[in-house]
Amino acid sequence: MSDVTATAPDAPEPAVAPLPGAPAAAIPLVPRRRGDLVYYALRNRKLVAGLSIEALFVLAALLGPAISPHNTTDYFLAHLPPSAQHWLGTDYFGHDVFAQLVTGLRESYLVGALGALCAALVGMALGFTAGYRGGMLDDVLQMITNIMVMIPSLVLLIVIGAYLKTRGVLFEGVFIGLTTWPWVARAVRAQTFTLRSRDFVDLARLSGRRAWSIVVRDIAPNMASYLFLVVVLLFGSSMLLAASYDFLGLGPTNTISLGTMMNQSTLWSALQLHVWWWFVPPGLVLTGMVAALLVANVGLDEVFNPKLREQ
Amino acid sequence: MSVRVEHLSIAYRTRSGDVCPVDDVSFSVADGEIMGLAGESGSGKSTLGTSLIYLDARMRCLGGMVELDGQRLPIADSRAMRPYRMTEVSLIPQYAMSALNPTRKVRQLIADLLRSHGVRDREVMAELKRRIALVGLGQDVLDRYSFELSGGMRQRVTLLISTLLDPSLLIADEVTSALDVSTQRAVGEMMMEFRDRGISKSMIVITHDLSILAQVADSILVMYAGRLAERASTGTIIEAPLHPYTQLLLASLPEVGVRYDQTTLTGIPGRPPSLANPPEGCRFRARCPFAFDRCATTPPFEEVAPGHFVACWKAAA
Amino acid sequence: MRRYLTRKLITYVLAFFAGATIDWGIPHLMPGDPVQLFLSKFDLEPGGYAALYKTMAQAFGTNLPLWDQYWHFWDGLAHGSLGVSIYAFPDQVTTLIFSAIPYTLALLVPAIVLSYILGNRLGAAAARRRVLDNTLLPAGYVFQAIPYPWLALVLPYLFGEVWHVFPISGAYGEGLLPAFSLTFVVSLLDHWFLPFLTVFIVSLGGWAIGMRNLVIYELENDSSRYLRALGGSERLIRRYAYRSASLPQLSGLALQLGVVVGGNIVTEIAFHYPGLGLLIYNAITDEDYFLLQGIFIFIVIGVLAANFIIDLVYIAVDPRTRLSMQGAAA
Repeated sequence: MSDVTATAPDAPEPAVAPLPGAPAAAIPLVPRRRGDLVYYALRNRKLVAGLSIEALFVLAALLGPAISPHNTTDYFLAHLPPSAQHWLGTDYFGHDVFAQLVTGLRESYLVGALGALCAALVGMALGFTAGYRGGMLDDVLQMITNIMVMIPSLVLLIVIGAYLKTRGVLFEGVFIGLTTWPWVARAVRAQTFTLRSRDFVDLARLSGRRAWSIVVRDIAPNMASYLFLVVVLLFGSSMLLAASYDFLGLGPTNTISLGTMMNQSTLWSALQLHVWWWFVPPGLVLTGMVAALLVANVGLDEVFNPKLREQ
Repeated sequence: MSVRVEHLSIAYRTRSGDVCPVDDVSFSVADGEIMGLAGESGSGKSTLGTSLIYLDARMRCLGGMVELDGQRLPIADSRAMRPYRMTEVSLIPQYAMSALNPTRKVRQLIADLLRSHGVRDREVMAELKRRIALVGLGQDVLDRYSFELSGGMRQRVTLLISTLLDPSLLIADEVTSALDVSTQRAVGEMMMEFRDRGISKSMIVITHDLSILAQVADSILVMYAGRLAERASTGTIIEAPLHPYTQLLLASLPEVGVRYDQTTLTGIPGRPPSLANPPEGCRFRARCPFAFDRCATTPPFEEVAPGHFVACWKAAA
Repeated sequence: MRRYLTRKLITYVLAFFAGATIDWGIPHLMPGDPVQLFLSKFDLEPGGYAALYKTMAQAFGTNLPLWDQYWHFWDGLAHGSLGVSIYAFPDQVTTLIFSAIPYTLALLVPAIVLSYILGNRLGAAAARRRVLDNTLLPAGYVFQAIPYPWLALVLPYLFGEVWHVFPISGAYGEGLLPAFSLTFVVSLLDHWFLPFLTVFIVSLGGWAIGMRNLVIYELENDSSRYLRALGGSERLIRRYAYRSASLPQLSGLALQLGVVVGGNIVTEIAFHYPGLGLLIYNAITDEDYFLLQGIFIFIVIGVLAANFIIDLVYIAVDPRTRLSMQGAAA
């Protein structure tokens, strides 16, 4: 098969992912001492640092609206700079920015999770099928994947979203998922292909098990760590995509998200009026969330894959 | 000119402490001698062999000395070793199939490698061409990429490149493991020919397969669990081994022509000890049918007959 | 050769068909009637509305059955027509697109090329030096994690509003007319720099990280081990690793194009830079669906073309593909 983008099974995926740092090959389950994973996990600086920072944000998302002294709907004086009463100041409408920020955090996590889930489900379903079955079905699915990959997701989202008058978080999440699955399908297919030729799969096939049963019970668990890393990457990229989308004004109507905050601030001339506390925090927070996720992801990859560890 | 190794120990760090795949090893290889280094997986033979040329970053040299042609080899210092590599000591790796970079033609690979050693490729071009013919390849192999060559061809090209600068010591690491029997024989014969022509002076052939060594090697060194078990000329090892491990190894080899209803295959019951926590005394003790109480202390590796070394209380008796 | 190219070509053709059909399909399958939406902007009497609706429906073909409309769509495409813009009526969609393309390309092409080259070098450097790696890796991830809109806000804020070094919107200064004068060119570059920087910075991180991972992998693989065992200089090994890593990185470029295009659009909108991005934005706010569809098709064609070019480059650079196409014997 002269597929130029096929890499050796053990090579890291090229910058194919919507975000870099896609994990290296799937590591088949090897009998490991149970403490091993935890031991290496605790010692991996990237994982610990990334997770801790991420935990902070998650905490903020969960508790934020409760600990924030104000609600998003309370009105105060407009354009107040950050102070003790308003930790991040107020916006053009007089709403407290911090309150909006922690609410927006929740939205971003929600859409990110939805998008990741959706992309993961579709991508895995197609990837496993193509990788396991091979043959004609694989060719067709590959072609579809290649086609979808080339159509820029944001543009597609724009065209679709422009026609919908009311949009919900569900729509956004699902549609982000439906435009980013190609990468997942590709990655999953490649790994399934490698694993499929291993002995334990042959054994399962000989014992007459059905295809989907083999995939679910034999192949997937051996790719578990890989799949997990893939989902984490998807999570990050969904959040970023959602932010861009919201920034364009195509986000969910009637919700506050990090992207909509940036959108609103532009619409109301925050730049020219030097109301930096309106647009700097949302983007900064989003950068932190996604970067921590990515770094933790790399660390996790090192924990799962002994070859990557530098001892 | 010869190789002398004295009290060499190599260790690498793991979660549970230092592991020594090479534990206080001493031997020597004479000029022009092909020594086989035999042992099962995990015996440390590969580590021993490759440590003589390149010490992985994860490995540490705990002590000992390696001397080649009277000169000390700085094996612990990778940078200091570089001038020796390929010129004095060379390696035919276990992974010869994937040793050649796929983005360069063979000719270019050789030229670049030579340049690293300050040799212009045209100085050796004539000799290279002669050797290509010697190993039975066509001259066009120079203009090929590695992926255009079959496995056997790649092996031969690797052999060529590794020996191009006539190293004094050539280490062949499991070069026959992935081959079929007739190709094994061909490779074995090629190695002997290289020695006979003086292309390489001494050779260490690392393998788990004693039958190959019976054909190719002048002497055999048997390793077990990081320590040396026995060393003698090939004839002696095959006909009259002294160490119980060697004896059992030979006994477990299937004889050609014998059917299963005449004799059953015997193996050696048990498994080699974990190198992370080696037992006291002789490491073969747990599996040795001749073990007695003295084996609780480590037997020294000493010469019991001219050129015959054993590490066994029974044999020394 | 033939088999490989035909396969690729089929993919591209199908992709184009798929893209075009999606493009045509979305408005027609969405709730709402484009003509109705357009007309709702005007305050019309019912009688006039009915008449105008009939005329427009006929003109835009929305009164025909779906199949006919689809056919007309392709017919129009074949004639190089993407329809008439609604909000910039009577300008052709193609006219608007072509006047916006130079600006988009001026941002995209240098940003992609420069970030790719620099990113690769940085990544390769990080792969060999631990110290550099420890600073570069987290930096790369942070860069890649930056949402395009944020940088597109912070940069003009800092450099435009606070420090007054660069302007914050537009393609050239107001009051200037396009001309080959020095002032115009300087103004052009002035306005170009920040949007370019935005797209550049976010992309940079991704390439650096990707290349770093690939080079690390190559430095550890068997061919590098062999070179090291035979005393090859570190420089040689690095060079070879870089070469080997460049190939998957190149195919990665093709696949990242979609993401960069998206980011470029966001950047243009944030900077009010008159490229395709801004055109899309205006099309959305003015509900000019024909323009929107036209731009979409155009972008799809553009991305497909870029992919094709990268495929050709890949063939030129990768001996394996080149030789397999010439049918060399193994």
